[in-house]
Amino acid sequence: MRDLLNNKNFRWALAAVIVVVGIIVAVTDPVRFQILITSLSEGSFYALAALGIGLLFGVLRLVNFAYGDWVMLGGYALIVPSAAVTSTLLIGSFFPALVVICIVGFTIIIALLSEATVFRPLRNTTPPTMMIASFALGYVLQNLIIMIYGGRPKSAGIFPELLQSIDLAEGVSVPLLKIVTIGVTAILLILLTLFLHRTSVGVQMRAAAEDFRMARMLGVRANLVIAMAFVISGSLASFVSLLYVSQLGIMTFRMGTPIIVFAFIATVIGGMGSLVGSVVGGMVVGVSSVVLKNILPDSIRGFSDAFVFAIVIAILLARPQGLVPAKSASERV
Amino acid sequence: MTNASTEKASGATGGLTLEARQVSVRFEGLTAVDTVDETLHPGEILGLIGPNGAGKTTLVNAMTGFQMPADGQVLLGDKVASGLKPHWFRRHGVARTFQAGRLFRDMPVSENIEIAAVSMGLSRRKAHAHAMELLEWLGLADRAETPAGVLPYTDERRVGIARALAVRPDFVLLDEPAAGMSDLECDEMMRVVSEIPGKFGCGVLLIEHNMRVIMGVCERIHVLDSGRTISRGTPDEVQKDPAVIKAYLGHD
Repeated sequence: MRDLLNNKNFRWALAAVIVVVGIIVAVTDPVRFQILITSLSEGSFYALAALGIGLLFGVLRLVNFAYGDWVMLGGYALIVPSAAVTSTLLIGSFFPALVVICIVGFTIIIALLSEATVFRPLRNTTPPTMMIASFALGYVLQNLIIMIYGGRPKSAGIFPELLQSIDLAEGVSVPLLKIVTIGVTAILLILLTLFLHRTSVGVQMRAAAEDFRMARMLGVRANLVIAMAFVISGSLASFVSLLYVSQLGIMTFRMGTPIIVFAFIATVIGGMGSLVGSVVGGMVVGVSSVVLKNILPDSIRGFSDAFVFAIVIAILLARPQGLVPAKSASERV
Repeated sequence: MTNASTEKASGATGGLTLEARQVSVRFEGLTAVDTVDETLHPGEILGLIGPNGAGKTTLVNAMTGFQMPADGQVLLGDKVASGLKPHWFRRHGVARTFQAGRLFRDMPVSENIEIAAVSMGLSRRKAHAHAMELLEWLGLADRAETPAGVLPYTDERRVGIARALAVRPDFVLLDEPAAGMSDLECDEMMRVVSEIPGKFGCGVLLIEHNMRVIMGVCERIHVLDSGRTISRGTPDEVQKDPAVIKAYLGHD
């Protein structure tokens, strides 16, 4: 049995069987189908967030806890900077495509500024130093928002049409946003994969993620690759931000914290430094969170996060290296 | 790319040299390389031999930016290059291989070579064609899509050579490419090394313990012992040099 579980092909086959059985079980019943869509959407959301973290870790060995605050800044950029009780949409009032472009551009600028001011000077220090610096950067960003916008929650209703429900099948009705979340994630994953495999900078980035020093020796331009990693991580943060605000319509300066906690856990159980792992980890966290919220008895439903974390601990005990570890990370010891 | 092509142009004229001038490298009191002089010319194959711990790899490290010499200078053409980083050397046409292949294990063999080519400014498509040409020449074309991590040790080193030769450097420094190879594989490695100057127009510095390989492909040989030059000359001259015989027998 152990031999079988150690076989890579067997593990993939097992995962595929579980996914297929899960889908078949789900589509035979309207309520379960609804749970499936919701959990895939939640999983996609965390997969996106986890990718933004996993990518920077892969290239720079940077655990970027300020990522959640990039997401938060992307949200606040939608409204007029003011401490007034009622918020007014600024960028958020543009037509949808322009909203997306502006917020993506804005978070990319924030990400590049973070790189230039904080992470570049610390590039030759140790990963723990960079991680602590990212915590500090996160708090600076949060307090900047408190200074400008005040500490109260801010409302920002964007893309209201996404909250309308649509009928997928007889008795299956889900908000359009769930489908959009899954679709946006799928498209971004495909674009990222194409970028990493088909473009010159993408190949250099994968090499740098595997062995940064060797890549540099071969002539890979460190500044270009790192800047590109921040650009991609920043734009992923902006999509997380837009999806989050469309869903909840409300923002606080602390909204990044739960996102980063779940996304970071997702990258760890997926396997630090592995992009496939980040996506798988995000899916596991999102799907198990939604499924547990739906199947737990009412009396303990409020504690569903505790069960999610129990699953996380169980996974880490069984596979401390993560579900889909980066080969380079395990073999370089 | 502009840098690489200007160096390329000067390399083509045959004037460019890679020179170690009175180079010394010390590690906390231990002198690993002691005032060594050597000049590598385009189109030649220079052997660098010596007993274990003679300072061969350290000298190569110094000549490729991996090690800052304590004294003396490394010159590329008439530019003083000691103190500059390894990637400066690579961008200016000085490439090397490592004893341990140091490939990107998760990436396919062809991409391992393409990395070097795209980071020197080639497009993805041209880089791929270039990598395939190199693999064809090495007889590894059928392994192009294999993940580098599963290659046998000896193939790993051949891919390392292809990666070093990407975008035609002016000089390539090979660190024990034939170590651990069978006689048959050594013959193949000798063919590969001896074809490099003609095919790529570059000067080769070869560190190797296998004397059959060294004597078979090198036009001249530099012998180090305990960091010092003890002999230099043609294979015949070096083999007959009493200092060389003493160094080898004395240490073994």
